[in-house]
Amino acid sequence: MAYPKSFRYTKEHEWVDMKGDLATIGITDHAQHELGDVVFVELPKPGAKIETGKSFGTVESVKAVSEIYAPASGEVIEVNSELQNKPETINSDPHGAAWLIKVRLTNAAAISDLMDSATYEAYIAEKGKETSA
Amino acid sequence: MDSSTTSPVSELRKTPLNALHRRLGAKMVNFGGWDMPVEYPSSGGLIAEHKAVRGSVGVFDVSHMGDIRIRSGKKPGGALAAVQHITMNDASKLAIGQAQYSAMLYPEGTFVDDVIVHRLGEDDYLLVINAGTREKDINWVRESTKGLDCVVEDLSDAYTQLAIQGPRAAEVVQKLTDADLTTIKNYWFKHGTVCGLKNTLIARTGYTGEDGFEIYVPSDVATSERIWNQVVEAGRGFAIVPCGLGARNTLRLESKMALYGHEISEKINVWEAGLDRYCKLEKGDFIGRAALERAKAAGVTRTLVGIEMIDRGIARDEYCCWGEAGERIGMVTSGSPSPTLGKNIALAYVPPAYSSLGTILYVEIRGQKYKAQIVATPFYKRPKPQVA
Repeated sequence: MAYPKSFRYTKEHEWVDMKGDLATIGITDHAQHELGDVVFVELPKPGAKIETGKSFGTVESVKAVSEIYAPASGEVIEVNSELQNKPETINSDPHGAAWLIKVRLTNAAAISDLMDSATYEAYIAEKGKETSA
Repeated sequence: MDSSTTSPVSELRKTPLNALHRRLGAKMVNFGGWDMPVEYPSSGGLIAEHKAVRGSVGVFDVSHMGDIRIRSGKKPGGALAAVQHITMNDASKLAIGQAQYSAMLYPEGTFVDDVIVHRLGEDDYLLVINAGTREKDINWVRESTKGLDCVVEDLSDAYTQLAIQGPRAAEVVQKLTDADLTTIKNYWFKHGTVCGLKNTLIARTGYTGEDGFEIYVPSDVATSERIWNQVVEAGRGFAIVPCGLGARNTLRLESKMALYGHEISEKINVWEAGLDRYCKLEKGDFIGRAALERAKAAGVTRTLVGIEMIDRGIARDEYCCWGEAGERIGMVTSGSPSPTLGKNIALAYVPPAYSSLGTILYVEIRGQKYKAQIVATPFYKRPKPQVA
C-alpha cells in the first residue's frame, strides 16, 4: 500500500494529515499489518486534550494491544465513531476511512519535524531487515 | 504504536520448516526461544486460520514440541515403572497404540509440564512435551528416573511434527496414507506409510478442540518441506490453510486446554488447575502424590474459571480480577477475543467462592474495571459426529 506523500509519519507508526491547524491522525499500513486482524479500538472523546508522545488510545488485534501515541499536542475535535462497530476498517483502509481522530493542534509547526513518506518508507524497510535477517 | 523488541533472530531456534514459513510470508515471533509463525497473511490471518480449523481444516508446524522416549532397561516393566513414577495419569491403562493426557509434577504437586504419553510398544513410551520447557523436562526425566531400570532418549530434534486439525482433517490425511484412519480413535495412534514414508507415527491428537491428527516425520528440511507441501496439496479441495501459533492459542483457549506458563506452572497444583480426571492417586506412588493428597484434604484456595466480558473490553494475560465490593480476587491466565463465539473470553484463577456460574466480577484493563461474568467451560465444544 502506498504511503500518501502529503502525510507525515511517526516512528511509532502513526500518520498525520494536516489541513491548517487541524490534524487527522491514524495508524499506518505497516502498523495494521504488524498487528493483524484489528478487533477493538479505544479512542478519546471530543474535547479531550492529547499531549505529544503520550498515549491517547489503543488498537487491539486478537493477539496484541497497541498504544497509539500523540504526534503533537492539541484538543480532540472529532472521533471516528464508525471504528467501534467496524474496527477491521483499520486493516482494509488504514490511510483513509480508518482515520482515528481529528485534533486542533496547539503548535501545528511541530508536525514538520515528523518523517515524510520517503523517510518513513526507508525507516520501515530498515526495521524489516532487522527482523528477517 | 509500540514497536516490539525481540531477541535477534539468529539466537532463536528454528524448526526444519522455518525457511518455508518465511517463503510463505508468515509473521514470525519469538515463542519460548523459538522463531515461529504466529500467523500467515497469505492464509487470511489469525481469524481466517482459526475459522478454517473450526469449519474445515488447517495445518500447523509444531516441530518445536519435544519428544522423550522411555524404554525398559534390563527387564520388562522398567519403562512403565518410570513413566508411572514421573507422570500423574495411570499409564498402566494404556494399550499399545494408545495415548493419554498427563503431566509431570514437582514433589509439591505443581507442574513441571503437561505431556501426552504414547505407548509405542510393550516396554516403549513416547512423551510429547512443550517447546519452552524442553531442556528442563529432559533434565527432570533423567534426574527423576536415575536408578530406575529404563533408558531415556531425547528425540526432540529427530522429528518434524505436523498437526492437521479440523473436521475435514481425516479426509486430508487419508489421502496421504495407507493406514485406515477410521480405525484410529481419539487419543490413539498407528504407524503407517505417509507420503511414501514407512513406519510414520500418526496420532489422533491435537490442541485445537477439533478432530485431527499429528504426524511425526524425519526432521531433515527436504523431507519436512515435501510432507508439508503434500499435506497442503491434499487439502486443496477442503480449503486447507497453514495456521500459526496465534490461531493455535485461540483454538486451545476456546476449548479450555491448558498452556504451560499460563494455566499451569510450577506455582499451580493439579486441583487448582481442575485437571483431577487426569490425576490418578489410586495408581500408586508418583512424584507429587503426597503433596496432592495433603492439598486435597486442605481444599483449594483458587480455582480455574472461564470468564466472558460483559463490558466492551478484552481481558488479557495477567490482568487483575476484582470482586463486586472492590476486593482483589485473582488474575487472568489467558484472555482473547474468541473468533468462534464473537465474544471476549478469558481463563482466570479466583477463590472458589467466586467460581459459580453467573458470578459478576471485574477485569482491570489499563486502570479501569470492566464488568465480566463467570461462564461454563469449555467455551466451545465441537459438535458430536453425526451417527448414521
